[in-house]
Amino acid sequence: MSGASVKDPAARAAARAVTTPASRMAALARAELTLLGRSRSTIIAAVFLPLVLPVSLASVVEDMDVEDVGLSVGLVLLPAAIGFSLLFGVYSALAAIYTARREELVLKRLRTGELRDPEILGGAALTVVATGLVQTLVLVAGCTVLLDVPAPKAPHLAVLGLLLGLVMCAALAAVTAAVTRTVESAQVTTMPMVLVSMTGSGVTVPLELLPDRLASVCELLPLSPVITLIRGGWTGSLSAYDALGALATALAWTLLAVFAVRRWFRWEPRR
Amino acid sequence: MDTKQHVIEVTDLRRVYGGGFEAVRGISFHVGRGEIFALLGTNGAGKTSTVELLEGLARPDGGRIRVLGHDPYAERAAVRPRTGVMLQEGGFPSELTVAETARMWAGCVRRARPVGEALALVGLAGRADVRVKQLSGGERRRLDLALAVLGEPEVLFLDEPTTGLDAEGRRDTWDLVRALRDAGTTVLLTTHYLEEAENLADRLAILHKGRIAAAGTPAEVTGAQPSRISFELPEGYFVGDLPPLGELGVCGHELDGRVVRLRTRELQRAATGLLVWAERAQVALRRLDVRSASLEEAFLGIARDASRNDETEEVAA
Repeated sequence: MSGASVKDPAARAAARAVTTPASRMAALARAELTLLGRSRSTIIAAVFLPLVLPVSLASVVEDMDVEDVGLSVGLVLLPAAIGFSLLFGVYSALAAIYTARREELVLKRLRTGELRDPEILGGAALTVVATGLVQTLVLVAGCTVLLDVPAPKAPHLAVLGLLLGLVMCAALAAVTAAVTRTVESAQVTTMPMVLVSMTGSGVTVPLELLPDRLASVCELLPLSPVITLIRGGWTGSLSAYDALGALATALAWTLLAVFAVRRWFRWEPRR
Repeated sequence: MDTKQHVIEVTDLRRVYGGGFEAVRGISFHVGRGEIFALLGTNGAGKTSTVELLEGLARPDGGRIRVLGHDPYAERAAVRPRTGVMLQEGGFPSELTVAETARMWAGCVRRARPVGEALALVGLAGRADVRVKQLSGGERRRLDLALAVLGEPEVLFLDEPTTGLDAEGRRDTWDLVRALRDAGTTVLLTTHYLEEAENLADRLAILHKGRIAAAGTPAEVTGAQPSRISFELPEGYFVGDLPPLGELGVCGHELDGRVVRLRTRELQRAATGLLVWAERAQVALRRLDVRSASLEEAFLGIARDASRNDETEEVAA
C-alpha cells in the first residue's frame, strides 16, 4: 500500500467522469454479462433451452387441429418459442440472479452507493432482457425460414406484446426472488409461473383450442395477453377491442408486480 | 465548536428489529471533519446496527441522524456521492475478478479514481485478475476498502475494516486510513480490537448493549480508569504485612490465591512505596506487573459496570 496518491489535486478529481443512471446501469449490466458468460448452468437453462424447446414441441403441434381455428403450425410455434424465451430466458434466470446477488450481499453493497433501487434491479435485468430480445429475433428468423411463417401483419402489436412481456417478466422475477431463499430453491419458486403459463397462457396450447369458459379465465393470466398480442401481430386478426383488453391485462400485471416489488422486495438475506 | 464542522451528528438514535429486539437504545455523538471516530464494542453491542443507519441503509426507529447536514436515509441522493462504505462482509459476485469488481463499482461512482490506482492503494494491484472467490478473507477486506475509497469520499464508514487481516495488513490499513484522514476525510469505523481504536481513533465511544458506556479521546476514556500493580505475595507474608495501602495511594485491592492486585490512580507513588518496602524487607516480588490503565482495562471495567447497572435496572423494573 502506498499513501502517495491519497492526496489528489482537486483539478484531477473534477476532470473525472460524472455518472448518470444509464451509465451506472450499464456498468452493472456489463458485470452481469461477464457473470452470465461464466455460469454454464445459466447459459444452458436461459440461452439454449428456449432455442431447443420449440423443436421438441413441433411434433406435438403438428398433431393439433390448429388449422381449424385459422392458425398454422408456425403461428402456434413462434409465440410459443417467444413464450419459452420469456419464461426461461428472462423470468426464471432473473429470479435466480436476483436471489444470488441478494444472498451474496451484492444488492446490499450496491445500495450503499449512488445507485437508486430501480437502477440496481434494472441494471441487473438488462443482460437477460437483452438475451431475451436476441433470442426472440433468432426465433423469428428461424420460424420464418423453416416454418414458412409469413411476415407479421400488425408488427406494432407484436413489438408491444414483446416489450410488455420483457418488463413484466423482469418485474415478476423480482417478486419471485422476494420469496426465494436460495438460488437452488429458485428452481422451485419459479415453477408455478412457468407451469401455469405453459398450460394456461397459450404457450403450448393456443387459447382458441380451449373451452370458452376456461379460455376466458386463462386470458387473465400474466403471460396470456403477451402471447395474444404477439400472435395477433402475426395473424393481424386481433380486433382493436381484444388488443386493448390484452394491453390492459398486461399493464395491470406489470403494475401489480412493480407495486409488489416496491412493497416486498428484500435487499438483504434473512438472518 | 461550530456545528457546521460536525460532519456526522447523531441524536438519541434508536433501532428496533422485527422481533422487538432493541439493538440501538438511544445513543448520541458527533464526529468533526477530518476526525477518525471509533465505535468500539463486543459482538452484539450495536455497532453494525448503528453504522447501517448512518450509511442510510435503514430508517431509524427513533432519533435523528445528519451526515454532511442531510438525513442519509431520506436524502440519499444528496449524501451518497460524498460517502464511502465498507460493509462488515463482502458483497461481491464470487465469479468476477478483482479488477472487474472494481470496474463495476467505478462505473457507479461519481468521479472515481482509476481502478488500478485504487487497487494499488490497498496492495491488490498484483491480484487484479484473480476471481473474488479465490481471495483470502484479508484480501476481500482490502478489496472492500478499495471500493469504499474509490470515489474519494468526504466521509468514510468502515465496519470492522481489519477483521481477518494479518498484523501487516492491519498496519497497512491503519496507515491508509490515517493518510485519508490527513487529507481531510472524516472516518467512522467500528472495531472490536481495542488496540485498533487506541492506535487509530482521535475519539471513540464504547458501545455496550446498544448504549454508549463511555466516550472521549482514548486518553480520556483510559484516564478515567485506575492503573494496576500485581505481584505474588512472598512466602510467609500476608497482605497485612505490606505497608498501609491507603498511604501508598492504592484505592482498591484484591487477593487471588497468592497474587495481590492493587488499583491506584497514583501509579508512581504506589509502585515506589511497594518497591522500597520490598527492598527493605529483602523479599523478591515475583510475577511483578506494573501497568498504566489501557483501553482494554477501561473496556472490561466499563462492560462490567454496565452489566451491573443493567441488573439493578432489571431488578428495579
